[in-house]
Amino acid sequence: MPHERSRPEWQLDSRVSGHCQIVIAGDWIARSGPLPAFPQSAIASVPAGESLGIDAGGLGDWDSGLIAFVWDARRMAASSGLSLDVSALPAAAGRLLALLPDVVGPQAPPRRPEFRPLRWVGGAALGSLGAIGGATALLFATVGGAARAGVGRARLRRADLFDNIRDAGPQALVIVGVVNFLVGAILAFVGAVQLRKFAADMYVANLVGLAVVREMAAVMTAIVMAGRTGGAYAARIATMEGNEEIDALTVIGIPVSDYVVLPAVLALVLTMPFLYLFGCLVGMLGGFAVSIGMLNITGAGYLTQTLDAIAFSQFVFGFLKSIAFALLIGVASCRIGLQAGRSAADVGQAATRAVVLGIVGVIAMDAIFAVFADVAGI
Amino acid sequence: MADAAPVLLSVRGVTLAFGAKIILHDLSFDVRRGSIFAIMGGSGCGKSTVLRAMIGLLRPRAGTIAVDGEDFWSAAPSRRAELGRGCGVLFQSAALWSGLSVAGNVALPLQMFTSLDAVAIRRLVVLKLALVELSEAIDLAPAELSGGMRKRAGLARALALDPAILFLDEPSAGLDPIISRRLDDLILNLRDGLGATIVLVSHELASLFAIADDGVFLDADSRTAIAHGAPAALRDSCADPQVRAFMRRERPDVVRS
Repeated sequence: MPHERSRPEWQLDSRVSGHCQIVIAGDWIARSGPLPAFPQSAIASVPAGESLGIDAGGLGDWDSGLIAFVWDARRMAASSGLSLDVSALPAAAGRLLALLPDVVGPQAPPRRPEFRPLRWVGGAALGSLGAIGGATALLFATVGGAARAGVGRARLRRADLFDNIRDAGPQALVIVGVVNFLVGAILAFVGAVQLRKFAADMYVANLVGLAVVREMAAVMTAIVMAGRTGGAYAARIATMEGNEEIDALTVIGIPVSDYVVLPAVLALVLTMPFLYLFGCLVGMLGGFAVSIGMLNITGAGYLTQTLDAIAFSQFVFGFLKSIAFALLIGVASCRIGLQAGRSAADVGQAATRAVVLGIVGVIAMDAIFAVFADVAGI
Repeated sequence: MADAAPVLLSVRGVTLAFGAKIILHDLSFDVRRGSIFAIMGGSGCGKSTVLRAMIGLLRPRAGTIAVDGEDFWSAAPSRRAELGRGCGVLFQSAALWSGLSVAGNVALPLQMFTSLDAVAIRRLVVLKLALVELSEAIDLAPAELSGGMRKRAGLARALALDPAILFLDEPSAGLDPIISRRLDDLILNLRDGLGATIVLVSHELASLFAIADDGVFLDADSRTAIAHGAPAALRDSCADPQVRAFMRRERPDVVRS
């Protein structure tokens, strides 16, 4: 509105005995600023048995701010046994007021978390057991699906599998390469500083080679894939859940484990070991680059030393570890996606949980493998 | 009454397209102030697309959409946002923000675009939710609402800033006849009470006859408007047999002129 707004004002006029009036004046536009509120005390000053009306002679522009004020007044009047006559208001305002109830129904009280530590611990424990159980069941269903796919009887769509493999494999090469190259380079750098003190420059190759092949390539690759692919799986499946796509699959009897989970997990299991081998190669290349640049060592010397240091069994061990990591990331992230709620916030939460669980799970599993390898003497 | 009122929204020669695919071409119609204007037509004729262009989500390939004489799409982005705040939109799926409670959904526009304090905002939120008969759900999350409640919560959010124009995309789709009827009454009351102009997309005939007093009929084959007028008038006396058949729920080949 182009004209200057006048201040919204009101007062209670009880000069005429037997008839009290709420005098409203000015422009009552909620958007233009704070409006007066009708106080409970105002009604208390109206003598019992008097009629209560409104004088809207000075009312200018109005919107729902005025309605809120009059509605408050009417409800407070009603609670003191008075009735407010709103017929003096503009007809449109009267229509809106007619839509509003005199009593606002009981509102569900907002739920507040209670302080129940035992319940939290118990709930968390049961929840974790349930999650492990659910993930194991999903793992078995997926392995069963894979077995059926092996004999050509599962409803695994090849196109889905190839899409997933392309996403988890070739498209991940660059980031897996960069991470492993840098890790190899950092190992060489740290090792070189120490080993040079003992004139053992040569052994940087052993250090980098062993560390990369045994631990770093498998773990770093799995962490990258947990962040990149695990998070994406969880978000995708949670979104499908929200769109009722999962329900639609369930209803027509397509097992979710075959159609959604199997291609995702299978793609990770098929690509991760090769990403691991690629990571080993690139990691050692990183160490090689730093060693050649920094140390008194020849390329041929580095290569010979590396080949001497690493037994073939180390690769096999890393290869198997990668498969286990892939299973863990794939099944856990799909399970988290399937368990997620239906809102946008739930999708974000599912992706976060999948990434966190993937990374922590990979590192914990790697520790178990280390103990196992120590006992087995690998 | 609607004929005498001045034109508020004017769509002139508008062509809408997604890439190379023309959805509608040469579309013209006027929405008069205070009217309830229906955008009608069969599924896939581009009703929702027109709505998207009118609420500023899709720039027309050609033509103008003027709000109160001001060309919306040639205005500066900041002015467009300002014009947009004068519009309330109820989306087809209600599109409530799932991270906020029902009250939070209605309060957000007020928090963003007014200088009101939390108490004043809460009073307006309570009022808007009472208007759509949703007082009891004020602190629930959108995920806890039924379809009809979601629609009404979306309507309360659309009303948050007391818009001059209210756009409703399929307001009664998916609702039972009784709730749908109550929503129709509510829309009429809101128009009369708030003095808002309402543009709605719908193919619920009963609801169209009950509330709309003007409209445009779009056709998927010719990809433009083939009739203008109130739904009841189109049903009774439209020159185009196809439109009459649609409005009477008859098969086109059965209708005779």
